[in-house]
Order: sequence, then structure tokens, then C-alpha cells
Amino acid sequence: MTEYNFAYLDEQTKRMIRRAILKGLAIPGYQVPFASREMPMPYGWGTGGVQVSAAVLTPKDTFKVIDQGADDTTNAVSIRTFFQRTAGVATTTATSDATVIQTRHRIPEEPLHEGQILVYQVPIPEPLRFLEPRESETRKMHSLEEYGLMHVKLYEDISRHGHIATSYAYPVKVEGRYVMDPSPIPKFDNPKLGDMAAIQLFGAGREQRIYALPPYTQVVSLDFEDHPFEASKADHPCGMCGATDSYLDELIIDDLGGRMFVCSDSDYCEARQATGHKGKDAA
Amino acid sequence: MTPLLSVQGITKRYGAHIGCADVSFDLYPGEVMGIVGESGSGKSTLLNCMAGHLTPDAGQVVFDTRTDGPRDTITMSEPERRMLGRTDWAFVHQHARDGLRMGVSAGGNVGERLMAVGERNYGDIRDKATDWLGRVEIDASRVDDRPTTFSGGMQQRLQIARNLVTGPRLVFMDEPTGGLDVSVQARLLDLLRGLVRDMGLSAIIVTHDLAVVRLLADRLLVMKSGRVVEAGLTDQVLDDPQHAYSQLLVSSVLQV
Ligand SMILES: Nc1ncnc2c1ncn2[C@@H]1O[C@H](COP(=O)(O)OP(=O)(O)OP(=O)(O)O)[C@@H](O)[C@H]1O
Ligand SMILES: [Mg+2]
Ligand SMILES: [Zn+2]
Repeated sequence: MTEYNFAYLDEQTKRMIRRAILKGLAIPGYQVPFASREMPMPYGWGTGGVQVSAAVLTPKDTFKVIDQGADDTTNAVSIRTFFQRTAGVATTTATSDATVIQTRHRIPEEPLHEGQILVYQVPIPEPLRFLEPRESETRKMHSLEEYGLMHVKLYEDISRHGHIATSYAYPVKVEGRYVMDPSPIPKFDNPKLGDMAAIQLFGAGREQRIYALPPYTQVVSLDFEDHPFEASKADHPCGMCGATDSYLDELIIDDLGGRMFVCSDSDYCEARQATGHKGKDAA
Repeated sequence: MTPLLSVQGITKRYGAHIGCADVSFDLYPGEVMGIVGESGSGKSTLLNCMAGHLTPDAGQVVFDTRTDGPRDTITMSEPERRMLGRTDWAFVHQHARDGLRMGVSAGGNVGERLMAVGERNYGDIRDKATDWLGRVEIDASRVDDRPTTFSGGMQQRLQIARNLVTGPRLVFMDEPTGGLDVSVQARLLDLLRGLVRDMGLSAIIVTHDLAVVRLLADRLLVMKSGRVVEAGLTDQVLDDPQHAYSQLLVSSVLQV
């Protein structure tokens, strides 16, 4: 293997990505095109997020990667290892110790603080894509703030299911201007997007888009007056730590259909257990 | 009285080829103007120039806006023009699939313009959509069905409902009955005539079917090779055409 530049990408590429990030921060929620590079991993593994992380990481950073809330999935481990090797940065699983957190599908339960950066892996950045496949048209809709179509999507949801069934990638409006896809996080996480102390960066590799939310940005989930947005989750406490305020995964625990609900944020759950919190299924 | 729409000197070229040339007329509130002429005479080009879908090379399209009075829609900003396009203006395409979202339910199709202008109450939107389905003779039970499951005539009626739900003041129609069976055409024409009367709509209807304008239009423009060769009250033009081309057009229909 040849030697890599710090964090794999060459300096010119990182500068190009940083410019896109800065533009994104200056226009919250606006999708900035960037020249996505080939990364030594498949697209599904979040190459957009990886490129954004590569552009913001410094040797002093402490890096954390979560996939569906967990630090130990194959995807999370390989991205963490990738930056350990190519950037030599310290890594952690503790949310509060990390300075850069790359994530797929979740926002950590523990509130983030100033100075932290949360990097999202985004598969489809365009929230209007579902009903309007023409890129030229969606770009015009964003520039002219023509967002009626977004509510058509929610209308269809209610007419089909009796309620807004969209539970992931729930669309939001940023600072009263751009409609944004928050990536496939559960809608339970949507309220955390707004007024967050950390910087939030979104990278879509295949689609070559970067967008961003600077700290303390107003983010509102779209809804109807008579079908208001609800940040729902399974109505159970965590079986391991007893938390009632965290997003839960449902696990099948035996062949007899036995089920258990556990925090999807493994760091949050372990930290609670370490300080003596105990759920009904804990050993 | 101020015209609702005043068209002056509209010219559109496609390269060296003329789409339409130096067309002028006024349309007054509540009036229906028919534009007839053979294939290629420039009817659709003219209509699309007026509706803001094409930018003419010369001329003005002055619309009497609700808030600011007469404004040239060609020189107004694109956001303003697109806003007109989903509030005071409506456009009915010949092919319903060009004017509908085929992947969205009938209710969603009708509700889109309401949501586009800021309506945010699901129940209200659905009630209005259902009411409009009734007004275009589509059974309320079809409100959640997609237009792909509708007949051609139903699709066209749905397109009309989707356009009229926000109470536009001016409707552009390009061959609204084209491509439909004769019996379906007749029903659609009856419906359109009723809506135009009840809502006091102003409309511009492009067609090569003289029976359509006979039934719907107060006045006619006859076009040939991109130019207006005759204009007048519908009955006058159809019963006593002055221009040789109009005479030919009328007689060729009578022969059918
Ligand atoms: N996009 C285009 N590029 C070049 N020429 C065009 C274009 N569209 C229309 N034309 C030409 O402009 C002229 C007017 O066409 P237009 O479509 O306006 O006629 P029309 O009266 O609507 O005909 P039809 O009854 O067949 O719909 C025709 O000669 C046509 O070939
Ligand atoms: Mg035509
Ligand atoms: Zn837990």
C-alpha cells in the first residue's frame, strides 16, 4: 500500500469540499453540488459522509462513528478504522468525548455541545425527488420556494394510512426557507435538528451534494394543522437501562417470539447502565 | 372596462421559422376567446406565449392583476409569473397526463394547488378536493384512486378540477377535447360550458374543432401561418366568414 495524504483525500480535494461546506453553512439547508471522489468503499457505506469527515478532521480531533446508533456495526467499525489508519486520529465511542461524529440513521441521545461536528451520511438529498424526478424542476422549486409538493407527499400519506406514516427522512423546513431531507433518521430525532449547539453537515456521495445546519438553526418538521408532527417512538422503557426518553430498537430474543426494546444509541444505554440504571430485562 | 388580458404584437420565431407573428387582442372579464386554425397555424405557440410557457421574441401580455392592476407578464419576474400560474391562471393540457401527477391520488392532484398557496388543513383540503370531484362528475369514492385507473374523459375532468380549485380568473386550454371519443367530448363540453358560466370564467381555448368554439367561445381568432387573418364574434365568423381562409375552414367542416 502506498502512503496516504492525511485523511486519505489530497489537500486540493479537501479544500474543494470545505468550500462546499462553508457555502452550505452560509445558506442553511441549501444543497451545494460538489465533485464527489471515489473512495475505497462502496457507495452504500456513506462515501458522502466520509468525504465530509475527511475534509473537517484535524490531527487533534477525536472521532466517533455510529450506524443506527451503534458503534460496533461493520459499517461503523470500518469507517472508524479507515480514519484511524489514514488520519491517525483518536477514536472514541463516548458521544461527549468526540469532536467529530459521523452517523448513519441517528442523532445521539445525549445533547451535543458547541465545538462538536455531526456528519450525516445521506443516500438521497433531494426531498422533492419522490414526486418530481426532474432535477431542473426541483432546483427551480427550491429557488422559488415552491414547496406545495412536499405537502402533497404528506397528504398522500394521510389519505392512504390515516396518519402521516413517514417515519424516516421526515422533511423539515430550515430557517423558514429551504425544505431539507434530514437523511433517514427516525422522525423521533427531528426535534434535535433544530437549535443544536453542534455543527451539522450532510454529505451525499453518489448524488454529489453537501448541505449543512450551523449551530442554533431553526428547523421545523412539516405537517398539517389537523395532523401535527409527532416525534414518535415505541411506547416502552429500555429493557437494559430503563430509559423512557430514548429511541428504541425492537429485538427478537428467542424462537418463541419474545421481544425486547433496547436503546438504539448504544453509548447512551451503556453509560446509563454504568451509573446504575437498570431495565426490566437487564441481567 | 379594463381588459383582463391585453395581448399586443406577440411574435415568436423558431429560428428563421415563424411560430406566430404580431398577434394582438383584448379579452374582457367573463369572455371566452376561441383560437382556431389548421395544424401548424401557431395556435399552441400563441397560447404558450400568453401563459408564460414560452418567451415571445416581441410583444406584451398585459394581465389585470388583483393587487397591482395591469402588468406585463412577460417582463415580470419569474417567481411572480409562476405565482400567477398557480393562482389566477390555469392551464388545461390536451393530454391529461401532461397536466396531472399520475402517481398521486385524485384528491392529491386537486389539493396540490391549495397546498401550493399555503393551505395546511388536511380536512379542509380533502373536503374541497371531494367537492371539486363532484363538480366535474367524478364519484367521491374515487378520491384516493390514482388517475392511472381513470378513463381518458375522467382524467381530463380531473385535470379541469385540479386547475379550477383555486378559483382562477383566466383559463388557458389547448385542445381540451382532443383525443377523446365523440360522446365523451360532448359531455366534457357541456361540463366546461356550465363551469365557465357558473364561475364567470374568462378563457382562451385553442382548438381545430369548430363545434367546440361554437359551443363555448364568445369571440374567435382565425389563424393561418402564424397570423390572425380574421377576428370577430363566433357566430359572425362561423356563419359569415369574410376571409377566404376562414371560408375554407368553415366549409371544410361543413363537408365532414
Ligand atoms: N419547438 C418548435 N421548434 C420549431 N418549430 C416549432 C416548434 N413548435 C412549433 N413549431 C412550428 O411553429 C408553427 C406553429 O406551431 P404550433 O404548434 O403553434 O401550431 P398549432 O396551430 O398549435 O398546430 P396543431 O393544431 O397541430 O397543434 C408550426 O409550423 C410548427 O412546425
Ligand atoms: Mg397545437
Ligand atoms: Zn437503554
